[in-house]
Amino acid sequence: MNKQISKIAIFALLLLAALIAATTYWQAWAAPSLAAKQDNSIQRVAQFEIKRGLIYASDGRTVLAANVKKKEGGQTLFFRRYPTGPLVSHVVGYSTQGRSRAGLERSQNAYLTASNANLGTIWSKLGEQLKGETITGNNLILNIKTGAQRIAQAALKGSCGAAVALNPKTGAVYVMASSPSYNPNLIESNKGYSSILKAPSACPGSSSALLNRATQGLYPPGSTFKTVTAAAALDDHVFSPSSSFYDPGYCIEYGQKVSNALNPDQTAESYGHVSFLQAYQHSINAVFCNIGKALGAKRVIDKAKQFGFYSRPPIELPSDEVAASGEFDFARHGLFDDASRMDPGRLAFGQDKLLVTPLQMALVAAGVANGGTIMTPHLVKEVRAANGSLVTRVKPQAWKKAMTPKTAAVLNQFMQAVVTGGTGTSAAIPGIKVAGKTGTAETGQNHVYDAWFIFFAPADNPQVAGAVLLEHQLNGFGGSVAAPIAKQIMQAILPGASKH
Amino acid sequence: MTSARNRELFYLCVVGLLTALGFASVYIARQAEVSWGSLGYAVFFFALYVAAHVMTRIATPNADPYLLPMAGLLTAVGVTEIYRLGPSDAFKQGIWIIVGLALFALALFGLRRDYRVLESYKYVFGVGAIVLLFLPRLPAIGETVNGARLWVHAGPFQFQPGELAKVFLIVFLAAYLREKREVLAQGRLKDMGPLLVIWGGCMLVLVSSNDLGSGLLYFGIFLAMIYVATARLSFVLVGIALFVVGGIGAYEKIGHVRERVTIWLHPWTNTAVYCPLTGGKALRQDCQSYQLVKSLYSIGNGGFGGAGLGKGTFTTTNGHQLIPEINSDFIYSAIAQELGLIGAAALLLVVMLFVMRGMKIALQADDGFSKLLAAGLTFGFALQTFIIVGGVLRIIPLTGITLPFVAYGGSSVVANFLLLAGLLLVSHRANSA
Repeated sequence: MNKQISKIAIFALLLLAALIAATTYWQAWAAPSLAAKQDNSIQRVAQFEIKRGLIYASDGRTVLAANVKKKEGGQTLFFRRYPTGPLVSHVVGYSTQGRSRAGLERSQNAYLTASNANLGTIWSKLGEQLKGETITGNNLILNIKTGAQRIAQAALKGSCGAAVALNPKTGAVYVMASSPSYNPNLIESNKGYSSILKAPSACPGSSSALLNRATQGLYPPGSTFKTVTAAAALDDHVFSPSSSFYDPGYCIEYGQKVSNALNPDQTAESYGHVSFLQAYQHSINAVFCNIGKALGAKRVIDKAKQFGFYSRPPIELPSDEVAASGEFDFARHGLFDDASRMDPGRLAFGQDKLLVTPLQMALVAAGVANGGTIMTPHLVKEVRAANGSLVTRVKPQAWKKAMTPKTAAVLNQFMQAVVTGGTGTSAAIPGIKVAGKTGTAETGQNHVYDAWFIFFAPADNPQVAGAVLLEHQLNGFGGSVAAPIAKQIMQAILPGASKH
Repeated sequence: MTSARNRELFYLCVVGLLTALGFASVYIARQAEVSWGSLGYAVFFFALYVAAHVMTRIATPNADPYLLPMAGLLTAVGVTEIYRLGPSDAFKQGIWIIVGLALFALALFGLRRDYRVLESYKYVFGVGAIVLLFLPRLPAIGETVNGARLWVHAGPFQFQPGELAKVFLIVFLAAYLREKREVLAQGRLKDMGPLLVIWGGCMLVLVSSNDLGSGLLYFGIFLAMIYVATARLSFVLVGIALFVVGGIGAYEKIGHVRERVTIWLHPWTNTAVYCPLTGGKALRQDCQSYQLVKSLYSIGNGGFGGAGLGKGTFTTTNGHQLIPEINSDFIYSAIAQELGLIGAAALLLVVMLFVMRGMKIALQADDGFSKLLAAGLTFGFALQTFIIVGGVLRIIPLTGITLPFVAYGGSSVVANFLLLAGLLLVSHRANSA
């Protein structure tokens, strides 16, 4: 019998060895992915013993997320407090016990809890652990400029919408506003949470205040998309800056007239003979419809991809809080890029089934401003240890090569013309060359539009680029409602811009 | 062979020291909740083990010196963790350890001359096992806990007779297989009769009471012991084939089984699925697989070095339990969080050493009954550990069963001390020859 006993002994030991292997798997190999799970309440609660790092605005003084110390059951716990309330709530997010985390509180949790793999952090954390001291996280310093952010939130208040402003040369995000906003201090309590969810919304049928409309909201871009179409036409040499067009007041697609009258941005019914610049400046649908037909949907969509459409902009927010832009299949509830299913004429002036985020449109403007190169958008400027020493500084990085510098220079002129004598004159700032493009997208309801303005300034040395979107505006056009907000934001960011 | 007992005493002292350190760290970490009195536990357990040691000196002086200290270590780790999770449960567990050690002493003393008298009572054990398994189904004393009818209550005490039935069944199988092994090896089916009746009865009871973990355990013990007795691998293969067929059948017919398998394969879902607990829709990790997933988070949170005894996270900051059944079915995930990979692996290595010593005793024993008994008891111990820890670690579907010596549960403690007594008796006899 001894032979058999030895065999079942080996079998039993192998079973037990498998347990050690599996434990190693969960504790070493799979531990990071377990820690990242949204329903991991163990790790979340455990981290309330950590003094989370603070989150500062770009001035390094304004605290956006602070800690409140509480003694409970012999333990010292740290709960979050957001001194600026609803000001930057979609960006900063929240860290709660009962309702998990969102925003940078979630995506930057490793830094904030000092569990990142930075050597200095590991050492200081180990020291704190061995001495039984409270572990202190790393502080985040954001690029957000509270002054401009406040102006943007105030301007959006009362409507649903979003505004994004960033530095086109570095990708530093100065403003990311979304309206309606919410007070993150109310998230933890059941009462506060339901008050956020049930708050009456200015935009019918639209989702709650928790949605970050700047990165998650999807809207038809309207005429702002003509920027992408124009870039495709110029880069593919199908048209040149000196191309001229004839506008009869409509364009014929699939044997039917697509009339300019549908374009609320246009003042005249028909412009007759126009240059490429004039067609863009006055946002003439009939001309862009014909450009789209000449290019074909595939060329336009390929260009859009070079602008970053169909991929999530690599901003520091959690990936499920950032949406990709593109042609949207409502039945499958996802993007599609099969050009044969698109209407090239309507695509060219930003209707068809296009849905985009305000962040993506801000990046379109930033690409033109930065000579064709779109920089990776960054909310975080730097990470510092509790003692002030630098842990990491975010370096500017190119994300997309959207177009040639030559094309960008042409579009720069086009966009300036929109503000000097086109549909976007209300964004003009005396003494500063402002460039922009309006958009007024049909929503399916009569006289109700999604109003857009994308912009950058100063046009000859851009310091700021961005996008403003207002949802469901009754008779509200990009040039009349969105452009003035863009102007206020630019004035707040640009030094020396007069405030009137 | 007094040197063996002296070694045993020495190792028990080491275990006593470790126990004291364990309670001290819980005390330091949780001063607000526990008092210096907690160190009394360490002294108390040390005294208990010394008492057990005195009994081995009297009854089994030549027995293996490592088994008792290792069982003591596992029990101490368990009690320390149970104490940390809820001091009142540790007190109850302490009482059960006293009961277990008393029965352990009784078994050693009563059977010290020749435990092989058990052989002649084999049918008593066989029928006894079935009776024990049937007890919870009697309306007057049976009780249903978590959907499985496994408990018997008498006054303030609850008892899970299935644990004891395991030891009875192993004694029966060892005696019966010793007697019939030659004819069985030749394949005389007639002799399989009583074996299949007793074993089939057990299985029927287990499956009908939804105790799938124990069913798997008994089945595994049965196959292992038949293999040791007959050396016929074909029996094992036929058994495994039957198990696969039965498993597929159970999956098709029994909703409870299908649910366990679904949880095992897909504990996380991205979209809301039907949730039988509420009747509505929910993510599976918020519904059926809640326990398993939270337990994995607990293990993951331990990392390499662990949070430290008393420093793990098992409740929200306002005291709400995050993992149900943490001190019984999921004690391993509590230990893995607080002691980390180092501690959990060390615990499993102790289990492996225990198995090695047990199997060595089976090898050294010189008669068939002793060999089968020691091998059966040891294999049962190993398989039970695998079934519960493997379930917690998602190697196999999770079934509720206790972690021997470690988990909270009176019947388990008593049964495992009897298992230990059996191994010591066989070892003493083999070393005395």
